Amino acid sequence: MKPADVYRDPERVRRLAARLAATVHRPLRFMEVCGTHTVNLFRFGLRAMLPPELEVVSGPGCPVCVTAAVDIDTCLAAAAHPEVEFATFGDLVRVPGSCGTLADLRARGARVTVVHSPAAAVALARAEPGRLVVFAGIGFETTAPLTAAAIVQAAALALDNFCVLSFHKRMPPIIDRVLGAGHRLDGLLCPGHVAAIAGRRAFAPLAEVYGLPGVIGGFEPADIMLALVRLAELAGRGAAAVENGYPRAVAENGNPAAQALTDRVFIPADAPWRGFGTVPGSGLVPREEFARFDARRRLDLTPRKMGSTGMEPAAAAVSEPAGCRCGDVVAGRCRPPDCGHFGRRCTSTAPVGPCMVSAEGSCAAWFRYGNDGE
Amino acid sequence: MCLAIPMRVIEISGTSGDAFDPPAAAVEADGIRQNVRLDIVDRMPAPGNYVIVHAGFALTTLDEEQARANLALLEELAAGGDETR
Ligand code: SF4
Repeated sequence: MKPADVYRDPERVRRLAARLAATVHRPLRFMEVCGTHTVNLFRFGLRAMLPPELEVVSGPGCPVCVTAAVDIDTCLAAAAHPEVEFATFGDLVRVPGSCGTLADLRARGARVTVVHSPAAAVALARAEPGRLVVFAGIGFETTAPLTAAAIVQAAALALDNFCVLSFHKRMPPIIDRVLGAGHRLDGLLCPGHVAAIAGRRAFAPLAEVYGLPGVIGGFEPADIMLALVRLAELAGRGAAAVENGYPRAVAENGNPAAQALTDRVFIPADAPWRGFGTVPGSGLVPREEFARFDARRRLDLTPRKMGSTGMEPAAAAVSEPAGCRCGDVVAGRCRPPDCGHFGRRCTSTAPVGPCMVSAEGSCAAWFRYGNDGE
Repeated sequence: MCLAIPMRVIEISGTSGDAFDPPAAAVEADGIRQNVRLDIVDRMPAPGNYVIVHAGFALTTLDEEQARANLALLEELAAGGDETR
């Protein structure tokens, strides 16, 4: 039996669900702050197994969903430069800025390439010395060290045609924002792979500052159920503690090598979030030492609009897609079906907002898997 | 994009310290084989170890002792589920 199989065993999952049902005695509201938890709760049919008193809402854990429209416009401005080859994870290509998507721009001749790793973007730059490869760095603590490794490698190779447009984000400041402004949560299901890098201790303020329980959860069905059982037990006792439900991958201090690499390359900066506005110190931008790998310092990124002949100068006003409630969805203020576009104007084949575009988005998960358990 | 999955290490390469040949591993899961970079992994894996892979990089090498502890926690909680039937 492979190690993963035991965590997928339906019988163990069923018994954990029974234990969860026996543990929840009053209405409880938990938030998951990880897009993979959002999806896997549906994909493995776990939502249908939750006791009716337990509500699990999504938080700001889907990197594409929390990227603000103003940042999509910056991507468009970068990709519109004729010498640029814009390299990005696939989801971002279909997210609308105030005047279209990277896919629209590609249809008009811009070079937009989907890569599955920051390392692939470096390889692209080596293969195409005549173009400036701009990699869109997106993701939390889990992904930032990968982009940092790509920048360090590009520096070691003295690669002058590679740079990063960093939208990387940090989890603690946004958790502070969610919990600081009057919430109705009884606990947090903490993201296992952010914790694999940042460590259990990164989530300790949940208990120490906010008096809430948290449990770090892995991603197999039994991992998620196990974390929910422990969270329900803690919440039931009113215990403020942050437990590690995923010890095989998460250490108390996380992965110090990865943290050091992120710190070496990036420095925290204020960053805009969809649904939250600007959050101080929540973003990561390249340090001065790595300035030549910072797309913001190498390119003119003033906002432009898509005109008949390409990109034209535009006013800086940025509009979110009309009627899209993604900002409320990522903040746990509403559920996808509460949005008037959900399943009508907005579907997985014709998404209106990023929460439907991204495979990890809450709207996409609800749309794809239906309203199980609700 | 954050889909980080455990994969079994088959072979290690790129231990020369040369930026053109960075540390990497051939890994496999469910019959899918790929190469992943080891730049940020917390502990160098050996063939047979499992690593969690995210966007072309190994994030962490799964700890065998902690894997047993994790399993024990799972079995304890799942056993509790039986008593409630
Ligand atoms: S259903 Fe579509 S329009 Fe509504 S919040 Fe979700 S992504 Fe936005």
